[in-house]
Amino acid sequence: MSRVPPVLAMVLALIAFWYVAAVPMNIKEVLTAAERAGAEIDPPAAAERRDMSNWALVLRNTAYLGGSWSVDRPRLPAPHTVVAELYDSTIDEEINGRRGLVRSGSLSNRSLIYHGLVTLNATFLGFLIGTGLGVLLAIGIVHSRVMDMSIMPWAIVSQTIPIVALAPMIIVVLYSIGVQGLLPKAVISAYLSFFPVVVGMVKGLRSPDHMQLDLMRTYNAPTSAVLWKLRLPASVPYLFASLKIAIAASLVGAIVGELPVQKGGLGARMLAGSYYGQTAQIWAALFVAAALAAVLVWAIGAVERRTLGKMGMQA
Amino acid sequence: MSEADRQRRANWLVPIAGTAVVVALFAGVHLTGSVDHGRWDQIYAPAIMLTWSWLLAWKLNASLASSGWWASRYLVPLIFGATLICLWEAAVRLYSVPQVILPPPSHIAQSFAANLGLLWGDFVQTILKGALSGYLIGCGAAFLTALLVDRYDYLRRGLLPLGNFMAALPIVGTAPILVMWFGFGWQSKAAVVVLMVYFPMLVNTVAGLQDTTNMQRDLMRTYAASWSQTLVKLRLPAAMPFIFNGLKICATLAMIGAIVAEFFGSPTLGLGFRISTSIGQLDLGMVWSAIVVSAIAGSLSYGAVALTEKRVTFWHASQR
Repeated sequence: MSRVPPVLAMVLALIAFWYVAAVPMNIKEVLTAAERAGAEIDPPAAAERRDMSNWALVLRNTAYLGGSWSVDRPRLPAPHTVVAELYDSTIDEEINGRRGLVRSGSLSNRSLIYHGLVTLNATFLGFLIGTGLGVLLAIGIVHSRVMDMSIMPWAIVSQTIPIVALAPMIIVVLYSIGVQGLLPKAVISAYLSFFPVVVGMVKGLRSPDHMQLDLMRTYNAPTSAVLWKLRLPASVPYLFASLKIAIAASLVGAIVGELPVQKGGLGARMLAGSYYGQTAQIWAALFVAAALAAVLVWAIGAVERRTLGKMGMQA
Repeated sequence: MSEADRQRRANWLVPIAGTAVVVALFAGVHLTGSVDHGRWDQIYAPAIMLTWSWLLAWKLNASLASSGWWASRYLVPLIFGATLICLWEAAVRLYSVPQVILPPPSHIAQSFAANLGLLWGDFVQTILKGALSGYLIGCGAAFLTALLVDRYDYLRRGLLPLGNFMAALPIVGTAPILVMWFGFGWQSKAAVVVLMVYFPMLVNTVAGLQDTTNMQRDLMRTYAASWSQTLVKLRLPAAMPFIFNGLKICATLAMIGAIVAEFFGSPTLGLGFRISTSIGQLDLGMVWSAIVVSAIAGSLSYGAVALTEKRVTFWHASQR
């Protein structure tokens, strides 16, 4: 486990940097609060302070820096504030909250667990649709030259379109024809996760070499048998590599899809936090999203190791 | 008759015979009056025509693809795209789809042409100022970090797992925070782009710098090459395919970052602003025009990176 100490050192360095960065980021709010409490601040006029650089303010008012990590509405909340907010909006809200799991029997709509599950649902649905379509399209592309030549260039072009920019329109349009809830978000997730799967699977399905294909031909194997017994098994490592990218992409899709319609989800939480200046809430939602992404990618990695191990490939 | 002859004859026979069947079907329906005319005109006839023209174009593509003619490489995708647009136009008109749901391509082209000045302003604001500056800063910073990480093994072992982890995160989520910090101008968009492109670029560059064999490094050592000489003459050239892979991924990410960041606050121009306000006005022609602009910008930037890659890494197996 020689990987642990360096990673740990880097993480600690990051957290230390975060604490230090919080001082100049929050200095204006801190000084305003100190002034209200009756303290004497170096340039006494608020207008003068607004035009000064943050570091100059920090150096002139070293006495009041203690509040940097506990100010009311920070521009950069300190790590422990974010952790506290995470605890408040998950465990504390479910156990002690009026609408929490313990008192009402269902997840509170103010807790990040609820919002995370909303996002997760859309992510999974979109991931399934995108992966399914991607695999089917890849099989078509490998078997038909016309499909390869007509669709492949457009599939690449379609990815240079920032499809996330389409998200609000897709959602509003689907909403106006009566489709709402999970599906519009899943459509965006599916679109984002579909391309890595197509590219990876085309590569994977083409990975058997001439010797192997010739062997199948000497067996007089029909195309379907070549697909089932040679091409699909050979493509499994490529499939998993793309699935890891695809699930992360589909999480991004789901979060962005939640921005236009405020019906729950981590994206909605972030936007609400940015509207009301609740920075800790944005950071907490961000951390939950990060944890979700990490768990999803790890889970696919675990399935990959098991599957490849059972298939006799290197795990 | 050989297999190829049969194939060639089928290429002609199928479309002609199929067209005959369709004509006969239409004539039969009109002469006998066996189907309810309203439904026939509104639903079945357009559907048959659309499917038929789709199959015809597909057939044309199929014969082009198997012809082995050099121009078919470019013609086939073009015909496919043109067919899609024509069918879109025809379907929207034949089924009179309301314009607030799906405008026909001709309408999009009209509003694109009518708002060229406005869209150019959006392009400059979002792509040139926001995405491009962020892309350059982010990729540059990642490149320099990669050199550092590559020099010091401790940094590599510490930063690389973190970088891999961060590259998979939904960084788009930091957009509201960065917009709060850097204001509504293009600077906040550039900051989001920097964050989005930094980690994929870092991971790719570091992977590329490691992609030399022991033999090659030993050879450099026998030449008594210094660290910087080894870097410039051996490892950077060897890393180029990876670096360009990262640059290509980041080109798309940069556009996404710049546009999405505008949803959280922007001055009154920019592609993301245009998209979100035009949806509010149900002006879908304008929305699609903004999307066309971003699609063109995305394809051009991707193409530019791919072209540079072709010239720089001409020696690599994937380019030969």
